[in-house]
Amino acid sequence: MRHILGLGASLAAFWMLLSGSISLDNKLVLGFGIASVVLTLFLAIRMDRLDGFPVHIRLSPKLIQYWIWLAKEIGKANIDVAKIVLSPNMKISPRMVRVKASQQTDVGIATFANSITLTPGTVSVDIDDDEILVHAITEDMATGLIESDMDERVTAMELKYR
Amino acid sequence: MMFAAAAAGLIIPMLMALARGLIGPTLYDRVLAGNSFGTKTVLLIAVLGFIGGRPDFLDIALLYALMNFIGTIAILKFFRYRNLGVADSADIRNGADGKNGGAV
Amino acid sequence: MEMIIDLASWAFILAGVFFIFTGTLGMLRLPDFYTRLHAAGITDTLGTELLLIAMMLQAGWSIVTVKLLMISLFIFFTSPTATHALANAANAVGLRPFGVPEADLRPKTTEKA
Repeated sequence: MRHILGLGASLAAFWMLLSGSISLDNKLVLGFGIASVVLTLFLAIRMDRLDGFPVHIRLSPKLIQYWIWLAKEIGKANIDVAKIVLSPNMKISPRMVRVKASQQTDVGIATFANSITLTPGTVSVDIDDDEILVHAITEDMATGLIESDMDERVTAMELKYR
Repeated sequence: MMFAAAAAGLIIPMLMALARGLIGPTLYDRVLAGNSFGTKTVLLIAVLGFIGGRPDFLDIALLYALMNFIGTIAILKFFRYRNLGVADSADIRNGADGKNGGAV
Repeated sequence: MEMIIDLASWAFILAGVFFIFTGTLGMLRLPDFYTRLHAAGITDTLGTELLLIAMMLQAGWSIVTVKLLMISLFIFFTSPTATHALANAANAVGLRPFGVPEADLRPKTTEKA
């Protein structure tokens, strides 16, 4: 219930932000806003009941810290892949590797797989229970991912949500 | 001037993405080209909003980003299950063999 | 002050356009679908975000910046999901990756003794 009320409040704030004006003169637009918030809440409640495991994500300092680290990694990987693309002979050596995912929850595994995909040079192709199949554009990228501590970082962050 | 340069720098890659979409050769190359084209379109709409001094273009850009993502997922789902009317995850699992798209 | 912001915007726009161009060039040059995914990743991450940062600098503190921030967050979260969906769909129908050694392609060893 608290979750639904919070969602309603943030949806209303979001609508005000997008519509730009909060004047009460235009009853029609205000009515549309309220109707869309109520409809979305109804859909959210229905989805939670069908799905059975609602996911709640809170912003925490650890999450921000992880994003900053991830942004750095993305920048580095981008430059590496850009170099490959722009070099005349394109030295690629594609690999498929399986990477261990030690996360316990679905959110954790999704975060890890998305982080892998966000870093250019590695794309998560398939997810088993505790392993992610990754396509890497060069052998260096594949070994770099296996040796990096991305998995531990995501797991450490995930523990906060359990 | 600044944004005119950005618009020019976006239209050329958009044409290149279109070329990849025409060449193919697989369905997935075409979907990838379409998705990439859409991402650049979002940026182009935002840039055009700045050139014309019309900030409401950003709402359109946001909506286009939404439609681009949903469109990509819908195309992939359709080609995998040949059916878009699958209601919940249990149906998807039953339909994973691709025989009847999970229709019960 | 205004000149510094303009110069920074120019730098971000040029860098963003450079990465968008590079990514798309990779999409044309690379040999197969899986490797092209990586090139498209350059466009979706660094190129897009740099260009949006340039626009935020020009907009200053206003509702426009908030909307640009929402666009950038949305693309940041959806682009890897779309990429994964594409790679997964291609893998599920058995599209073979170019240049990957045979040893990498064998299915997961599932024997539990």
